[in-house]
Amino acid sequence: MDKYIHAPLGDAEAETLRAGDYVYISGTIYTARDAAHKRMAETLERGEELPFSLKGNIIYYMGPSPARDGRAIGSAGPTTSSRMDKYTPDFLDMGLKGMIGKGKRSEAVIDGIRKNKAVYFAAIGGAGALLSRSIKKSKVIAYDDLGTEAVRELEVEDFPAIVVIDSKGNNLYDMAAKAYNMK
Amino acid sequence: MRVIQTSAITKNIREMCIEANHFLSDDMKAVLEEKVEEEKAPLGKQILNQLRENLQIAGEDMIPICQDTGMAVVFMEIGQEVHFEGGLLEDAVNEGVRQGYTEGFLRKSVVKDPLIRENTKDNTPAVIHYEMIAGDKVKITVAPKGFGSENMSRVFMLKPADGIEGVKKAVLTAVKDAGPNACPPMVVGVGIGGTFEKCALLAKKALTRDVNEHSAIPYVKEMEEELLDEINKTGIGPGGLGGSTTAFAVNINTYPTHIAGLPVAINICCHVNRHIARVI
Repeated sequence: MDKYIHAPLGDAEAETLRAGDYVYISGTIYTARDAAHKRMAETLERGEELPFSLKGNIIYYMGPSPARDGRAIGSAGPTTSSRMDKYTPDFLDMGLKGMIGKGKRSEAVIDGIRKNKAVYFAAIGGAGALLSRSIKKSKVIAYDDLGTEAVRELEVEDFPAIVVIDSKGNNLYDMAAKAYNMK
Repeated sequence: MRVIQTSAITKNIREMCIEANHFLSDDMKAVLEEKVEEEKAPLGKQILNQLRENLQIAGEDMIPICQDTGMAVVFMEIGQEVHFEGGLLEDAVNEGVRQGYTEGFLRKSVVKDPLIRENTKDNTPAVIHYEMIAGDKVKITVAPKGFGSENMSRVFMLKPADGIEGVKKAVLTAVKDAGPNACPPMVVGVGIGGTFEKCALLAKKALTRDVNEHSAIPYVKEMEEELLDEINKTGIGPGGLGGSTTAFAVNINTYPTHIAGLPVAINICCHVNRHIARVI
């Protein structure tokens, strides 16, 4: 089912989403991938504030290519989510509501999604040129020294994604592969 | 003897890095077109259509096909009649990568040390494989490799008794474990034989082969076809979201090996299987 949703993501809206829904996300989301997750976890360990509040927000696992003049961003598709699994359960407990990436998640992450009624979305891997068109603004808000891995605040408009793991823990990757298995 | 200036190597590699990240080879484009028509799963078909649109946007707007513009893998096949002048060949290759990635708006994805992890900020160094061949020409192949799929690649040191069935099982295991992580539809490069490192290199090089070409060895060709069929029956599909298009091709390269061993490497590439070759 096609759905138009807004970021940050409200609790009620997150719970209406079901694995297999095709969604168009508009609003503000944040990028963070490997190195940014590590720094954020270290920041929390020291008892300091994160560069953005996790509450209700969506993290996009993405490190863009450089923008040409006059463009908001370069190529901007998802990276493999499982590399962030180590950090994700804690972030979910702090209020992280959504994640956009690609690929499987660990059991601990799926439990965290269920417990906190969050959502895991997949964007189309390897479609960074197409996806960049839905990103209207991009601003580095932390860890500029990390280059492509810096934390960016993105304004997105009808950013296309698919609900893979919903707040009940349904997992589209398992469901789809079974449905189309021909053996 | 023929003299080649290393500055010519730099210039070519600069251009090839940029071209490879914005345009796929004709065989890769053609197989995508073909599979868009064949795919029956509605979401799978939609994703293949979006990948086709993505390729078009990349070329028209000069924006990389994928944000992961890869670690630059460069194969240098050097005719033994060639003499290089103008500095070290290795420096010339890396300078080409540096210029291509910094001037071509490509992502810098290389860290200087695998554990300290400080970005080199110009995507160098490249991973360079040298091979001496006959003649007075140099064939350069640039194959930027993304790590979503690289991370899902495997080496299996099988026993001779495992045979063909063991090899097939190894390939299917790697592909199933990779699933959605490797950005399917994939191209599966397989190396069989040699030593631990040789089979990995065979697999890497297999990815640069045309997806419509088969091995010249009849039983290997048969294995390529059978494995592709098996992989496409797993149901993984485009983006791992279900369908019959999980892989575009299985390319297998073989090499003699030791009486005690059967090394098998599976190098998985996503649908953005980038490789470009020039002969100078």
